[in-house]
Amino acid sequence: MSDPKDFVAVLDSDARRTPRRIAFITKRTSPQVRVKDEDRVMTYPEVFFRAAVAIEVLAIALVVISLRWNAPLEELANPMHTPNPAKAPWYFLGLQELLHYFPPVVAGVLIPGLVVMALIIIPYFNINVEAEGLWLRNRSRRLRIFGLVVVVFCIFLAVFDVWVALAPTIIVAAFMLLAARTDPQTAQGFQQWLVRKPLSFWIMTWFLVELFVLTAIGTFFRGPGWSWVLPWRA
Amino acid sequence: MANTLDQLVEQVRENRIWRSIFRSGTGASNLHRALFVQQNVFLHLFSVKARKRTVGFSATWYLGALTFGTFLILVITGILLMLYYHPSVPQAYADMKDLQFVVSSGVFLRNLHRWSAHAMVFLVFAHMFKVFYRGAYRPPREFNWVIGVVLLLVTLLLSYTGYLLPWDQLAYWAVTVGSNIASAVPVMGSKIRFLMLGGTAVNANALLRFYVLHCVILPFTATLLVAIHFWRIRKDGGIYAGEPATKGKSE
Repeated sequence: MSDPKDFVAVLDSDARRTPRRIAFITKRTSPQVRVKDEDRVMTYPEVFFRAAVAIEVLAIALVVISLRWNAPLEELANPMHTPNPAKAPWYFLGLQELLHYFPPVVAGVLIPGLVVMALIIIPYFNINVEAEGLWLRNRSRRLRIFGLVVVVFCIFLAVFDVWVALAPTIIVAAFMLLAARTDPQTAQGFQQWLVRKPLSFWIMTWFLVELFVLTAIGTFFRGPGWSWVLPWRA
Repeated sequence: MANTLDQLVEQVRENRIWRSIFRSGTGASNLHRALFVQQNVFLHLFSVKARKRTVGFSATWYLGALTFGTFLILVITGILLMLYYHPSVPQAYADMKDLQFVVSSGVFLRNLHRWSAHAMVFLVFAHMFKVFYRGAYRPPREFNWVIGVVLLLVTLLLSYTGYLLPWDQLAYWAVTVGSNIASAVPVMGSKIRFLMLGGTAVNANALLRFYVLHCVILPFTATLLVAIHFWRIRKDGGIYAGEPATKGKSE
């Protein structure tokens, strides 16, 4: 139980940081001694210097980009002439892609509202804070619930023809199944990593993949009338 | 030479006028380094010391600092752009053309503002996902996460309101698409849209409203929230370092 390594003697010249204490701890009677103090650095200059260098590198990169590529500027705004397609800024194109499948009240109000709500409440759920591996307990019961939710959700997406959102859902669900079928005792490497992931990890990863796929499709693969185009043919 | 320079710097910092402004004096001791941070109204948002594990690149990828960097660039270039911009129709578009052909480095200024804005939106998202995957939202940092989500929304609104200001086809129709979504809100959708645009269509009133939001209301909101966001890092025990180290220091 008690290992000689649990006890650490520290020599430090800084009396403020390390008041002199001598503890004699014998192997059998002692509680574990853990070092709680850890190395600290001064914010000034160490942290500020690193932040300044990072910001400086970013600024140089942005200056180079700005010298090389011009910001878009089209003709004067003309309410009489609607461009086809009329696209929102890139970070809203995931939503605009959803607008293609769902009525505006769902894609434009309900879904973003739910996303913001979900993001805000993340730290207030103990299940997220404890972050226990999803498949480490009650595996068969959780598998049934998971299967039901995924199947219902996939049918819902299929009914509305949202194939672009269905594909990432199936991919993430496949990884979840892989994790569920992994034995945590014998698993190695990637599967070992996967099996310890909590529910919040899976939901957020699904959200990240959907966000990426929908935004990429809206940005690069949508042309006149929101029809499919290939970016290199446009 | 370096020696005399050091002496000169030290003399300046020990000077009565300098001390009256900056309070903390000269010195290379940890006490002076701590005072440098603690005695400064802006820097005192940060803690005096940081855990070594949180300072390296791998812990945060510096995404928060980089986001703040883009914000600084945007404030500076934004103020310069305001000197050349009139929020009226069609003068706004003519100002874009002036930036392009008349103002020295006008194109560069606009490019830097535009690309930095895109970079900021991207970095805010990246920062959020990095914080999530590290589990840094855990108590006692819950509320700082919430402030972060609000800052994400403020960033999106800043970018979106700025999108209209050039008053070209791209700007006009992007904002038309967005404001049509606002009118889909149940019950009060059309009222919200009217409030947002100052009318029933995207026109000169909408441009003025977006300008005020973009240059006054949203930047001040963002600055305030960023200050609280930084201060809460210190109050909540510094940058999240993961599980406390249980292994002893190796000698």
